[in-house]
Formats: sequence, C-alpha cells, structure tokens
Amino acid sequence: MAEKMELRDIEVWDGNMAASQAMRQVQIDVVAAYPITPSTPIVENYGSFLANGYVDGEFVMVESEHAAMSGCIGASAAGGRVATATSSQGFALMVETLYQASGMRLPVILNVVNRALAAPLNVNGDHSDMYLGRDSGWIQFDAYNPQNAYDLNFIAFRVAEDHEVRLPAMVHQDGFLTSHTAQGVHTLDDDTAYSFVGDFKPMNDMLDLDHPVTHGVQTEEDWHFEHKARQHHDLMTKVFPRIQAAFDAFEKLTGRKYNIVETYNTDDADAVVVCMGTAVETAVEVSNELREEGKKVGVIGIRVIRPWPYDQLLDALKGIKAIGALDRSSPNGTFGMLYNELAGTVVNGDEKKVLTNYVYGLGGRDLLKSQLREIYAELLANAEAGKPTTPLQQLIGVRGPKISFH
Amino acid sequence: MLEIRWHSRAGQGAVTGAKGLADVVSTTGKHVQAFAFYGLAKRGAAMTAYNRVDDQEILNHEKYMNPDYVFVIDPALVYTTDVTINDKPETVYIITTHMSTEELIESQPKLQGKNVHTVDCIKIAQETIGRAIPNTPMLGAFMKVSGMYDIEFFKESMKRILAKLPPKIVDANMLAIQRAYDEVK
Repeated sequence: MAEKMELRDIEVWDGNMAASQAMRQVQIDVVAAYPITPSTPIVENYGSFLANGYVDGEFVMVESEHAAMSGCIGASAAGGRVATATSSQGFALMVETLYQASGMRLPVILNVVNRALAAPLNVNGDHSDMYLGRDSGWIQFDAYNPQNAYDLNFIAFRVAEDHEVRLPAMVHQDGFLTSHTAQGVHTLDDDTAYSFVGDFKPMNDMLDLDHPVTHGVQTEEDWHFEHKARQHHDLMTKVFPRIQAAFDAFEKLTGRKYNIVETYNTDDADAVVVCMGTAVETAVEVSNELREEGKKVGVIGIRVIRPWPYDQLLDALKGIKAIGALDRSSPNGTFGMLYNELAGTVVNGDEKKVLTNYVYGLGGRDLLKSQLREIYAELLANAEAGKPTTPLQQLIGVRGPKISFH
Repeated sequence: MLEIRWHSRAGQGAVTGAKGLADVVSTTGKHVQAFAFYGLAKRGAAMTAYNRVDDQEILNHEKYMNPDYVFVIDPALVYTTDVTINDKPETVYIITTHMSTEELIESQPKLQGKNVHTVDCIKIAQETIGRAIPNTPMLGAFMKVSGMYDIEFFKESMKRILAKLPPKIVDANMLAIQRAYDEVK
C-alpha cells in the first residue's frame, strides 16, 4: 500500500511538481515515460515518489516517446489507470500513437508541457506542440499557472475515465513559464484528491478473460467512417456536460471555479483578447490596469481547446465589438488557429465583430505588458471604426521591420 | 509588488535560492513567484533567476522586470554581464565580492551612484558548507539589508526547506546565512 504524503495547505510548487503530485495522488497503475525538457521533472518527480514508496503502480522506462505512448495504450487497453508526460519533439514523435489512443477510446492522461518545435532547436515554451495535437481526438485542457496544472489533472482523469466519455485527455501548461515557475499551490490531501477521481473502473479491458474483446482492429470503407463519426459525435456532445459536472464538483470541494471558457472583465467590454496559457493571466493584469483608466477591455481564456467551446464562446463574445486572437504558434502559411476557429465561431452570428490576429511569443519570446497595451489600443480603434484599422495578422515582438499580412 | 533578479552561474544554486525564498515568503501569507532564464543551461553559464512577492495574487508572467533588488552571487558577472539592466533609481544591489564596496564600484563604473551592498558569499560558503554554493548566504545578506524577516525566523524556515539534506550540511547552511547576515556591508 502506497505511503501517504503530508502536504501543507499551500505548497510552493512549479507546474511540473504540481502535475506530478496530482499524478501521485490519483494512484496510476502504469506510467510509461521518456523524459524531455521541459516536462522532464514530471517524470523525475514521479520516479522519485515511486522509489520512496508513495506510488503502488508500475513505472516503465522506455526508449522513445512513441514507445511511451504505445506502452500507455497497451496498459490502458489491459484495463488500468494510465498517464505520462511529454513536450515538443517528444510530442511530435507520439503523434501517430495519439490517434491510436483516441480511436481505441482509451482514457490515457498526457501532461504536455508546451514547447516550440524545431528547427531551429529550442527548449522554451510556445504552443506549437499543443496545436499539433488538436485534430488527434483527445480532450485538451489548458492551465495558466501551477495551480491550474494541479487541479486540471484531477478533472482530466475524472472526465476521461467516465464510461460515457472514454477518451484520452491532455493537460497543457506553458514550458518554463508555468512548468519551472514556482508559485503557491493550494493542495488537496491524498485521500480527498483520490476520492475526487475515484477508483478506476475498467471497460472492455483485455485482462477480463471472461469477456474477450479486440482492440486496435482494422476497418476499411465498410466501418471506418462510422467509428470516426461516433468518436466525433461523442466529442461534440458528451464531453462538455461531463467537464461541466467535474468543474462543479471540484468547485464544491475546493472553492476553485473553472469554466470551459474563462472570461475576465468582459461584461460591457468593447474589445477582448482571446488567448491561452500564461498569456491569459498577464492579459488580465493589463486589462485590470486599463479598466482603471476607463477602457472597456477584457480577456477570454480558452480552458478547453478540444472539444472547441463554440456555444460558450458565442455567449462570452456577446456584445463585444473587436476581438484579438493571440496565437503562440507559427501558423506557417495561414492565420493562427485561434483566429480561424474564432472566425468560424462568430461568422454566422447576428453581431458584426472585427477579428484580427496576433502571433507572439514563439520559442519562449517574452510577452510584454507594454505589447498587450498596444494590442488593446488597436482593438479599441477597431471597435470604434467597426472595421480593421490594422493588418489582419501581425507578428509582435519579433526583431527587424514590422511583419504583417493581409 | 517586490521584484528580485538574481545573477548567477548555472550550478551555483540561484534557482534553489529563489525557490527557497519564495517558500519562506509564502508561509507568511504572501503570494510568490520564482522562475529563471535557463537558456541552454550549461553548468557555469551566466543565468538569471527571479522572485516576485505581492499581497495580491501574481498574474504577471512577463520575464521582463525592473527589479527592486539585484543579487549577484558570482563575482565575475559584474564585469561580464550588465547586472544594472532595467534597474530603477531605488534598486538595491547585493553583490558577492572579495573587495570592499568602494573598490567594487571603482572597478565597475556602472555601479556608481547605485545603492550597493557587498558580501563575500563565495568565501563564506567555502568556509562553512565546504563548497562554493553562494545561494543561502546571499539570502542571509538579503535579510539584513531588507529587514524583511527576523533572522532566527528565516533560519528556522530555511531549515525546513533544506530538510532533505544531511543534518551537517543544514547546520553549515545556517552558519553561512548568519555569517552573511553579520558580514554584509
């Protein structure tokens, strides 16, 4: 039986420690992992918990991230609680197996510490790997600070393992900006944390020898589409109610309230930025300061990236005249993902909104409060004019002459 | 908001120092942030670490900072990096050096007119801990210069944070903190 760990009510943890402590508290049966910066400490911390008797499950050290997720898939199909962690190139190497996990409806939890994708090689945080996973059929949660990284792990296990859902889930946090930044984290004691997620309840598990099942089958044009359609259907209809229920239960337990779409200063706002990760919090600070100057600006943070929160965003954007979509990933030949998703979200609405795109922070480039102030000034001008007053896409914080398109 | 920037070499313990300070401050009910610029994180490479302390929840994730305090825990960094970058008129410097404050300022004119304190954290660490790990002595010096906490409370708190280390090393760190507290000028 695993030892219990005494935690203080508030621990000063970085995002990696927060994630690994949550993984310890839910008592995972199998972690198969291959460490990579900046998520390495998640795997290291977890290995140390195991070596010191705080974890009962198995820890499998494998030779690559492809093997890590493959091991997770096998263990999950066998009928256990399973999780791992990765970043960047490791995530990219995992991509093939990500689609296997979701297509086989295996509730694996993957902590993704977001980092840029090479070339050029870069270990710092941007959202390239997170964006790479967005069509993989996984649920994607996004943390803005170490507290979120801790809390969203419990939510992710509870939602993913729900028999109505049975889909894998990623918990994202910003490389270094969250993963290596120590902040106060309100903890749950081991029993409370475990009870919130509960015992793992197997479904179609391969080790249930009385009820043999097949995983990882081949289907050609006869059935492939039906499988994919059912998976998409479940993502579109079954996941949000379960996430909302988990958020409600979590708020009741801890007092900490999460929303599928987070809104700050958006009531009566003329202009908002929509962003993810630590940028959300920095933008909230800037919008608080601008509110004191009488400027009607707010922030919308995407908490759940997949499934895409269409209804929640339509609601959050009501009355808002100008939107800045802030993408921390190179779109490489088009608009940023958030711009495109938001365009698809608002285009059929009754209200005319001006939507522009900002690409920022690639490879860990700092997002400055002064840059956010400039973005808000442009968005307010767009709101006033009722049309774009700037190019539709601008790269901010990059050296040399201003780069913009359209 | 109190903001601190550490100048260090990778391996000298700035990150541990920044996180240790954040841990102590957090127990007094304040909100904290401790982070670092790693770059390629080669042992010996110049690096910076950061602390933010506030009564309110800290939302700012900028790496950019106009520090209230600058800690330099490797003597050579005063010459090979710009430790005064983005400072403000009231920024307080605590710098590890074997020189007197006057000699240090004379050797690095950028420090002229600044509020500079000096202490030899390297020597203190070598004589107490037995290794040139100048992070905990720097915190002792900071307690003296800032008057942030009573030194006994601070040492007790650091004992808890260092509890994973062998008792002899913990005791040596307590000596180092006290010596830097007493010796900073």
